[in-house]
Formats: sequence, C-alpha cells, structure tokens
Amino acid sequence: MHTGSLLLLVLTLGSAVAAMSLRNLVHCALCAAITFLCLAAYFLALSAEFVGFAQILVYVGAVAILIVIAILVTRDIAERGEPLVFKPWILGVGVAVLVAGSLVSAVTSSALARDPLPPAPTATVEAIGEKLMTHYVVPLEVIGLLLTVALLGAVLLARPQKEGGNRP
Amino acid sequence: MSLLGAGIIKGLVETARNFVGSYHDPERLTTVEYPEERLALPENARSFPMLIFDNDPVKGLRCVACKICEKECPPQCIYIVQDRDPRGKPLKFPRIFDIDLSVCMSCQICVEVCPFDAIKMNTEFELSTEDRFGGLILRREDLAKSNEYYLEIHPTEAAETDARLAAENAKAEAKSRAPAPATPAPPAALPKPPAAASPAPTT
Amino acid sequence: MANALDQIFVNLKHWLLAWFPSAWQPLISMVISAAAIIAVFGSLFAVTTLAERKGLGRIQNRPGPNRVGPFGILQPLADAVKMLTKESIMPQVADRFIFFLAPTMMLIPTLLSFAVLPYGRNMAAVDFDAGLLFFFAVGASIEMSVFMAGWSSRNKLALLGAMRAIAQMICYELPLILSSVTVVMVTGSLSLGQIVDSQAGFHGGWLARWHVFTPWGLAGFLLFMTAATAESNRAPFDLPEGESELVAGHLIEYSGFKYALFFMGEYFGMMAVSGLGITLFLGGWRAPVAGLDWVPSYLWFFGKLGVCIAVFIWVRGTLPRLRADQLMNFAWKFMLPLTLINLVAAAVWHYTGVWSFGGAAAVRWLLGAALIGVPYVVLGRALYTGHGHGPRTYRYAT
Repeated sequence: MHTGSLLLLVLTLGSAVAAMSLRNLVHCALCAAITFLCLAAYFLALSAEFVGFAQILVYVGAVAILIVIAILVTRDIAERGEPLVFKPWILGVGVAVLVAGSLVSAVTSSALARDPLPPAPTATVEAIGEKLMTHYVVPLEVIGLLLTVALLGAVLLARPQKEGGNRP
Repeated sequence: MSLLGAGIIKGLVETARNFVGSYHDPERLTTVEYPEERLALPENARSFPMLIFDNDPVKGLRCVACKICEKECPPQCIYIVQDRDPRGKPLKFPRIFDIDLSVCMSCQICVEVCPFDAIKMNTEFELSTEDRFGGLILRREDLAKSNEYYLEIHPTEAAETDARLAAENAKAEAKSRAPAPATPAPPAALPKPPAAASPAPTT
Repeated sequence: MANALDQIFVNLKHWLLAWFPSAWQPLISMVISAAAIIAVFGSLFAVTTLAERKGLGRIQNRPGPNRVGPFGILQPLADAVKMLTKESIMPQVADRFIFFLAPTMMLIPTLLSFAVLPYGRNMAAVDFDAGLLFFFAVGASIEMSVFMAGWSSRNKLALLGAMRAIAQMICYELPLILSSVTVVMVTGSLSLGQIVDSQAGFHGGWLARWHVFTPWGLAGFLLFMTAATAESNRAPFDLPEGESELVAGHLIEYSGFKYALFFMGEYFGMMAVSGLGITLFLGGWRAPVAGLDWVPSYLWFFGKLGVCIAVFIWVRGTLPRLRADQLMNFAWKFMLPLTLINLVAAAVWHYTGVWSFGGAAAVRWLLGAALIGVPYVVLGRALYTGHGHGPRTYRYAT
C-alpha cells in the first residue's frame, strides 16, 4: 500500500479511537474534528472535490463547532473528566469487529468489487447541481423544510420565558 | 432619521477630512512632538525656586541669608548657612543655600515671605537625574539666576518687581541725600549688594 | 514588452523549475509558490501594520509612529523584535498542547486560503474546480482556533470572549457565502479563475465588465465587505478583541510570539477575504478601463488590495464598536434578507440580459437598483428607527 494512504488510515483510526477514549472532553471533540478532516482527505483522494470541501465546511466548520459550543455552554472550565472505560472492553471490540466484518464482507461480495471499474464520473459541481435540481429536487425540498422546522423549533425553545418576573 | 448608512457616510467624510487635513492644516494635527518642539508655558507657571542676582552671581545676589524662607517653608526643604567673615562676624550672604527638590512642593510661600525679592519661582521642569541621593539637591550656584533671566520668564512679575525696587532705591537715595541728622546708613530694606561684604567662597 | 512584464513571475518560476529533475518538479513548484506567497504577504503584513498605525493616527489628528526610522518606516522591525523577545507566558493550569496549537491553527487555514486566489494572469497557485468552496471551507476552520485559544487559557473572560467571537463568526458566515453565491450563479462556476475570466471585456469599449458595475454586484460587494469585516474581527465588529472591554477576549493569556501569530493570522485573514472580494466583484487582476490594459495584472490586483486595506483602516478609524446583540441583529435581520433579495436581483439581471432596445442598460440598472434599494430602505426604517429613544423600561428592577 502507498505510504500516504497507510498514514491516512492510521491517522483516521487513531483519531477516532482517541475521540472516544481521551479523558478531557475538549480533546475528544478536537480529535473528532481531526477525524472529519481525514474523511475529507479520503474524499479528495477520490477526486471528489465538491464533497471533500463541503465535508470540511460542514463538519469541521459547523458540526465540530456545535459540539464545542455545547461543551462551552454546559461545562465548567476546571472540570477534570474521567475517561469512559467500559470494564469488559473485549465486548466492545468484539462488536466493532463484527460490524466491520459484516460491512467488509457485504462490500467485497457485492457487484462493486466483482465488476470492472466504470470510468470515473466527472463529479463536477455542475453535474451535482443539475442532478439536485432535476432528479433529486423533492428530497432537496424536504430537507430544506426539515431544516426550517428545526430552526424554528430551536428558536422557540430558546426564547426567554415570559413569566411574572422575579420579584424580590 | 434618513437612510440607513447616511450617518456612516458622514462619518467617513469627516475622518477623510481629518486625514487629508492633517498634512497641511495645523488645526488637524495638533501634536507637539515633545523633545523637538515644546508648548509655550503660561506666564504664571512655576516649578521650583531660584535665587536672583543683579549683576554678579556672588556679589549681586539679593539674598541676605535672613532665613525667613527656611522658617516658613512648610516641608522644610531649604537649608541655609550664613556666611561669616574670617573674624567670625556674620555677613549678609548665604554660604550654603540648598533646596531639596524631592521635598519642595512648589507652594511659593518662600517667594511670598521674602522681604528682599531674592527668591522667585523658576519654570524649568526637565530636572530628571539618575543620581538618587545628591542629584535632586540644588545648591546656591545652581539656584542663582540673573535678573535678566527672571525678566525673560516672568516679564510682568519681574517688571513690577524691578519698578518697585527702583522706586524704593530712589526713595532711599532721596532720603540719604536729604539733610538727615541721624541716619548713617540707608535703610536695611535696600537690596543693594552689600558692598562691604567679601563673600567667602562657599564650601 | 507589456506581456513580458506581465508574465515575469510566471517565467521566473518556470526558469527555476527547469533546474530540477522532472520527478521533483511538482513538489518544487508547490514549494516555490508557497514561499512566494508567504514572502509577499508577510511583507505586506508588516507594511499594513505600519500603514494602519499611521493612517489611524492621521485620522485621529496625530502623526502616528515616526521615531524609529524616517516617517517610522522601521517600526515593523521594532515590533517584530519586541514580539520575539517578549516572554511567552503560559498559565500553569492552561491546557498546554491546545494552548500551543491554537495560533498555528489560526495561521494555517488563512495561508491555505491564499493558495486559490489569482494574483495575476496565470498566477494562481492552484486552480481548483471548486476553489471558492475551498476558500470558505478553510475559513470555517478558523473558528476552531478561536475556541481552542479561549478554552485552553482556562480563564472565564477568555471563554466569554471565545464564545462571542464564535457566535459572531458563525452569524456572518451566512451573509458572506450568500453574497458570493450571486457571483457563482451568474458565472456558472465555482472556480476563481473562471470567475475572473467572466469579467473580461469592456462595456461600450471602455468600462470593464466587473461585477461591481451591476446593481446586484454593487450591493453584493458592499454586503460581502461588511461580512468580511465581521469575519476577520475588525472594527466596527471587533467585540471579541475589544481592548476596552474584554482586553483582547480570547487572546488574554497570549503574549510574545504566539500573540504575534494571532495578530498575523487576523491580518492575513483580512487580506485573504479582501482578495476574494476583489476576485469576485472587482474583476481580479483586470484593468478597470480599456486604456490601462498595459499595466501588469499583478499590479492591478495588489493595487486593489491596497485600496481595500485602506478602506478597512478608514472604517476602523471612523465607526464605534457594535455591541454583541446589535451585531447579531444586524446579521440575521438585515443582512440575510438583503443577500437573499440580492440573489433574486442577480437572476433578474441575468434574464433581462437579452433586452436590446435602446436604453435597455439604464432600465435594467433601475430595475435592479429598485429591487434592492426598496427593501434596503424599508428594512432600515423598520429595524433602526423608533426604538431606543423612548423611556427606558427595566425588566428586573422594581
């Protein structure tokens, strides 16, 4: 295997494991951001520019920030967290191996691995946009509606309560 | 309130005017770059005392070591030792006249009480020194400034003092010239240089 | 002759590359581009700090630094020596690794974003197909560094500053991206090289076809620059580092060279986003009038960048700082609707492009200006008049 891809693999898995097992919650969040970056690197290695950069923009720029803001708002600074240690850890490893094994076997025994590789589609932004606007327009609108509902719900939940006021 | 952003535009125009004006309009660049340029001090500025002499820093010194200022000084920053001639007779001259600048509070009381117009306020303020122990004590030689210098820094005050002294001088002259039976010497109020005094060099 | 001057850096790079074996050439090409960008923008940073101090000084009726060299020219050198020799204090309870990493995490994305900007004809370091998306993606990573700086200081004030800074940056990302989407829509491509190419040609033979000379382009440019000022934490949006309020907010515990790195990152961000605005709206490296075409392209780009920086400094010297809630109201209630309306106006402009009767350009301009101007006035009146001048009501006082 190419050393670059080996390095990327190690980094991805390592940061994912670190994101689960570090003691400090903020370190975990930052390792999660590193994992997202590595996934973006995989997308870029597959020449999917748009998805790769969108992955960085959305995951590192929004989701990781969201996690981090949640930590900021709900945790005390001086808190020293404990690492999440599940005593029979072999059970966890076993489940992970089981899931990974079933996924790998499903992929390798599917048509993707057997048939010859089709020519790489030019996943340019224009092609993606055209598909979104013609073939996949209904899912797009439904997602937009869902996001709007979520936004409105968040705003409603976060409104200050209009009670009688705190009288001393 | 008109269009949103109109205020911003007005502000931007004003600052642009400031920027451009600062290159040619002295009103838009009011900085006085200190060591090279200095602001003119007002006339009544004062910093620390100085001794006035009329023509000669030793023979013309107006101070007669009466020690009134030493007694009246609130923080007691003046130290005077009267001069004595070789036979021990006190002379009208201070051998030592020290003012400790770290103590002096520029209250001007010494000036107000001096009967001889000998001590006046100087305006020099750039007196920093690195010598902590002796650097802030002004001796008689440092304190003695000429009347011309006094005229320069406090014109109206000095002119008024000079006029008053000249008037008193004239009055004393007139009195001494008049047939006066028992007035051997001119009145002691005269700030004439003590002619008989031979000031010993101060230590 | 003019062409040779224009392509002088490109030819220089090719000449340098020829010295190396062809297997190494891609790597060496990247190294040369990176070194050139860092050198140019590093020195531009130094000049900008001096220009800012002197410019602000003159605006405030004072000369600015003029002691160190003639007219203070060596002041950046003195600043560099000061920053390097200052003691770099790290609080004892600080999170050492993240504290150390935060300034570099600020610099790396901004330097990365310099890679896609076209500085002259054939002079972009890399030309991605989705270059604009790359720019915004790395810009979003800066918020992580702000958080890292604020959290790792273990200081409640720093945390407050970091929270406010992140909130501000997130608020203004949306108007920033939406105002650049209009350009993407009209050009039909995310590649910055193609966006500059779409601004080629001249109206009526003399005025360039820059996007800023269209109603949606002008509005988009102003919105983009406002959002850019907010994204790089510059006055009047410099609440996160308000010197009189939070004493540099999330940067409280930073001193010495780490602070210099943050400072540098902020200025680089300002220059990068100005560069993007120039590429999107002001025609990149293109000349404004047909007669001045012979001036080398990189001179046009850096000239426009200088003008942008001067305007940033001018605005900093003029406007007072916005409060946190005023800032966020402005972003969500005022700028976001305007950017969406701008999109509509851009579409209208694009589709009325087929009109060819006499005076069509004027009609299109009026239509576009009305489409954007009327909501601007209405929103302005609705949001910013009236309240604030009545009697004060206190919610918790009896």
